[in-house]
Amino acid sequence: MQGVFDIIGPIMIGPSSSHTAGAVRLGIIAGKILGEDTVKAEINLHGSFAKTYRGHGTDKAIIAGIMGFMPDDERIRDALSIATKKGMEYQFQPVNLENAHPNTVVIYLTGKSGRVARVRGASIGGGTILVTNIDGYDVELTGQYPAIIIIHRDCPGVITKVTSILSRYELNIAFMRVSRQNRGEAAMMIIEMDDVISEDVIDECKQVYEVQDAFSIPAI
Amino acid sequence: MSQHSQKTVIKDMQKNWQVMQEAAKRGSLNEERSVSNLTGGDAKRIFERSSYGYTGNTVMKAAAYAVGISEVNAVMGKIVACPTAGACGILPAAVLAGAEKNKNSEEEVVNAFFTAAGIGMVIAQNASISGAAGGCQAECGSAAGMAAGALVELAGGTPDQIGQGVALALKNMLGLVCDPVAGLVEVPCVKRNGFATVQAMLAADMALAGVKSVIPVDEVIMAMCKIGKAIPKSLRETSEAGLAATPTAKKIEERLYGKK
Repeated sequence: MQGVFDIIGPIMIGPSSSHTAGAVRLGIIAGKILGEDTVKAEINLHGSFAKTYRGHGTDKAIIAGIMGFMPDDERIRDALSIATKKGMEYQFQPVNLENAHPNTVVIYLTGKSGRVARVRGASIGGGTILVTNIDGYDVELTGQYPAIIIIHRDCPGVITKVTSILSRYELNIAFMRVSRQNRGEAAMMIIEMDDVISEDVIDECKQVYEVQDAFSIPAI
Repeated sequence: MSQHSQKTVIKDMQKNWQVMQEAAKRGSLNEERSVSNLTGGDAKRIFERSSYGYTGNTVMKAAAYAVGISEVNAVMGKIVACPTAGACGILPAAVLAGAEKNKNSEEEVVNAFFTAAGIGMVIAQNASISGAAGGCQAECGSAAGMAAGALVELAGGTPDQIGQGVALALKNMLGLVCDPVAGLVEVPCVKRNGFATVQAMLAADMALAGVKSVIPVDEVIMAMCKIGKAIPKSLRETSEAGLAATPTAKKIEERLYGKK
């Protein structure tokens, strides 16, 4: 059930909740997944995003999100020039993805350390988003809850180790999804929580032997 | 309706009201054109005629605020979606013009917004507030219903009169399709925000005068849901038909996106 502020709200930069506010959110998630300043962004737009992105400022919105601006930030309209000043290269191109939601984007980011991230997601209406793939792993991430993303080796017991850390911090899991590419190789855990996740939790998760990387994404 | 304390939700609603007023002020002075060059500057024109118009000062000002807020939305300014970005001018404009005329307090305004939000929730739950799902009646129609309810409350009307106001406003927006030119939230959306605001004001005045809707508001919302489902997909925000398929709209599309 929606609340009063889903009807009167959110405060946002126009013109479109799906093509602007939702696009900012997709950019924010991609930026958080990269986890460092972006030096290069390649953005593939599909469907309605590809057709109308200039008129809706979807391009500015995605770049703004990558830089960490929230959907109500008045700097969004100047995001492209701000990015250029910060030394971020960006490129947009229309693509045709099979069976994808009409407002789908694939964001490829390169960070200043050379780290790369690939995020695919869609703006599914009213500013709500759904991230469907991160670095090749199929996921379902809405950004409505604080989330932990854990990259780990696919072997028995890892989930128990991670969830016992969460339980020690009295964090309640709202949704959880585990995905892998091949048996016994790298896997990804996405855990959406009811509460804000502290850095201590992330640090402890990183200590788990099978965990290669762990990071958090705030609710946006 | 919310998991937060009364104090917090009132504060959040005051913040929304602040952003709405800033957008209305900026909009009624706006001369900036949108990226597509389809809109911008009309709110100022309407505002400048507000003392001479056929419809009177309050209505003209309300129309200027509504068009203005939508113009601010089109130039990537800050607005409050209510219920959507495409219909963001209607409720704030009606409430601002109404509160100026009635000299309502901020508390009364904030309470009227909660009433409006409640109306919107009932519509969202039983029909739709999305143009892609239910056509423009779901966006500008819902906003007009919400605005009519808020205006009745601001003038001291009864809960029954609020319901009558919502029904009267909604009925007059039933069947409205969503056919934006070039897929942008500009034509016909920006000016329609002005028209929908004025309809909401008339509906509120009718309800306050004692006019009753023959069809009760709940049934109007049910009808709206069924009509939304019957509207073809081509007229639900896909820009495949209606105004979006006119020769002029096609030319605009060509100018913006190149030849197909």
